[in-house]
Amino acid sequence: MTSHDPQLVHRVREILNDHKGMEGPLLPILHAVQHAFGFVPQEAIPVIAAELQMTRAEVHGVVSFYHDYRDHPPAAHTVRLCRAEACQALGAERVAAHAKAKLGVDWHGQAHGVALEPVFCLGLCACGPAAQVDGKLVARLDEDKVDAILGGMI
Amino acid sequence: MRVYVPLDAAAKALGADEVAAAIQAEAARRGVEITLVRNGSRGMVWLEPLVEVATDLGRMAFGPMTTADVAALFEDLKAHPKALGLTEELPWMLRQTRLTFARCGVIDPLSLDEYELHHGLKGLKRALSLSDADIVAEVRESGLRGRGGAGFPTGIKWETVRTAKADQKYIVCNADEGDSATFADRMLMEGDPFTLIEGMAIAGLAVGATKGYIYTRSEYPDAVSQMTRAIQIARAAGVLGPSVLGSGRAFDMEVRVGAGAYVCGEETSLLNSLEGKRGTVRAKPPLPALQGFLGKPTVVNNVISLASVPVILDRGAAFYKNFGMGRSQGTMALQLAGNVKFGGLFETAFGLTLGEIVDDIGGGTATGRPVKAVQVGGPLGAWFPRALFDTPFTYEDFATRGGLIGHAGLTVADDSVDMLKMARFALEFCAIESCGKCTPCRLGAVRGVETVDRIARGDAAAIPLLTDLCDTMKAGSLCALGGFTPYPVMSALTHFPDDFAVMREAAE
Ligand SMILES: Cc1cc2nc3c(=O)[nH]c(=O)nc-3n(C[C@H](O)[C@H](O)[C@H](O)COP(=O)(O)O)c2cc1C
Ligand code: SF4
Ligand code: FES
Repeated sequence: MTSHDPQLVHRVREILNDHKGMEGPLLPILHAVQHAFGFVPQEAIPVIAAELQMTRAEVHGVVSFYHDYRDHPPAAHTVRLCRAEACQALGAERVAAHAKAKLGVDWHGQAHGVALEPVFCLGLCACGPAAQVDGKLVARLDEDKVDAILGGMI
Repeated sequence: MRVYVPLDAAAKALGADEVAAAIQAEAARRGVEITLVRNGSRGMVWLEPLVEVATDLGRMAFGPMTTADVAALFEDLKAHPKALGLTEELPWMLRQTRLTFARCGVIDPLSLDEYELHHGLKGLKRALSLSDADIVAEVRESGLRGRGGAGFPTGIKWETVRTAKADQKYIVCNADEGDSATFADRMLMEGDPFTLIEGMAIAGLAVGATKGYIYTRSEYPDAVSQMTRAIQIARAAGVLGPSVLGSGRAFDMEVRVGAGAYVCGEETSLLNSLEGKRGTVRAKPPLPALQGFLGKPTVVNNVISLASVPVILDRGAAFYKNFGMGRSQGTMALQLAGNVKFGGLFETAFGLTLGEIVDDIGGGTATGRPVKAVQVGGPLGAWFPRALFDTPFTYEDFATRGGLIGHAGLTVADDSVDMLKMARFALEFCAIESCGKCTPCRLGAVRGVETVDRIARGDAAAIPLLTDLCDTMKAGSLCALGGFTPYPVMSALTHFPDDFAVMREAAE
């Protein structure tokens, strides 16, 4: 794929410049790209690959390995619900089912500008069920809190 | 008036920022001058946000605080509806042996002055007066074993790196803490980051490494920013940099953030990720101690392992090893999680029984229903029934009982938990998080989910299949993700056979 968007390429090059001299810079670069664009645009990959003397396939392989990197713009809102054992012990499954029903989507689905994502532990395991709502941590989630959160979004 | 409101992520998730803002506003309204310190958490998560006020008698604790409770903080403190008494005298605090977490929740996490007032940097100063071999010997004699899961003796690992010949060596801190029910690494990085910095600097001196990396999770943004700021402060003060505390010896470090992959907690996968590669597991040998980050000799240690080193160097190996039981020496930061009444972090010497930990310290379940099962050691750990509650909390005793202590996270579940579902979840998690390198893990986990579903539909013939599959995963997996997933699965099946039989009986 060739890079058609000179502005995008310019921004990616700036990011690459900021990471010069780092040992193992690819993940920090990808985080910075995702931070700048909201996702990792396809067109950024050849630019990064050329700079790091990797093949495009290698860079793509790294991007696709990690759950965090998106190849499309994010939804207006992201609700990440913890699915891990300690939160399950406090009813995370029930709360997730409520959120899914309310949005009419399954995990990784999007509706009304809200993306529903699973996460395996936020380190809030003594006050679960836990969630991250547009980056903000929420503890002791229940159906009412889900309604309040989603009500503010949709 | 000096007031403490934790900045810990759990406290924030429970409203600490709002309480802190309300305290500032109320103080301004009343014209009272206050110093508001954002400290780490004391570990009593069920009381968060736990606010403290300094008094002549000591720090008084109030919690769980809401913004509605704030005004009363400016009146008679003893009459406050959320008053708990002096923090240090709360039973939960009194019963602990806080060595690694001695300062967490006590000091301003980013004040190097307060850090030094509370024994900070003493271990590093002592290390600077010792030879590299003597530092390693001290750590070896302390009996410290890896707190990340495998329990490998830290001193022996360091000795391998120390005696390796190379132009560059590294200290890599494993702060990936992906296990459910664990948050000790996060709490320490947020609440007392200089301890980890000091531990890594000592490790650097011990093995001849000049560069360190802390690899942590993208799910921990608060820990990332707190560690990053602490490193800047330590560097500006000359604790890190070309001449550590003016010794002429260099050590510096930086924080790196993962991208959402549980397997990157496995040390070789972590190293690949740090190098900018896919987080697949490497075959051992070569050991990371000899060929680790960028092929150079590398110490990979968990946060708590490294953060326990300063107190060992400060107080001596004999002091540290005095705590504990058998070959499990020193203290462990227990993390009580899930459906537990008193959830939080409790640091204590090895050797309490599982029952004491869950019933006594944890107070049983939060729902008030009977405890049915406790998963010890994260998603790869076994589920323990009440019948095994006499198991002492040591590496050996848990191994003998078909389990592991891992990073010391405990998930408590009440009698509403369906163990077949938990077995299914363990396999599903393994299938989602597998790095894909070996077939028994990558495909076995998927087959495992299907097999559990057959059992759930009443097909009893699928039970021996599940057992066989677990044996194959155990024997044929390169790392503990595939190799240990059988622990939660088989422990559920062995200790809770009824949960695997209900559907069958119904179908008969
Ligand atoms: C799938 C998997 C995940 C792991 N996750 C972690 C982790 O999050 N943190 C950690 O310290 N060790 C983790 N480990 C253990 C590490 O491989 C390694 O044993 C540890 O970092 C060594 O440090 P220690 O000796 O100080 O415990 C994991 C192992 C496996 C197999
Ligand atoms: S057991 Fe699973 S996670 Fe571990 S190396 Fe094999 S495929 Fe990768
Ligand atoms: S298990 Fe949900 S936050 Fe840890």
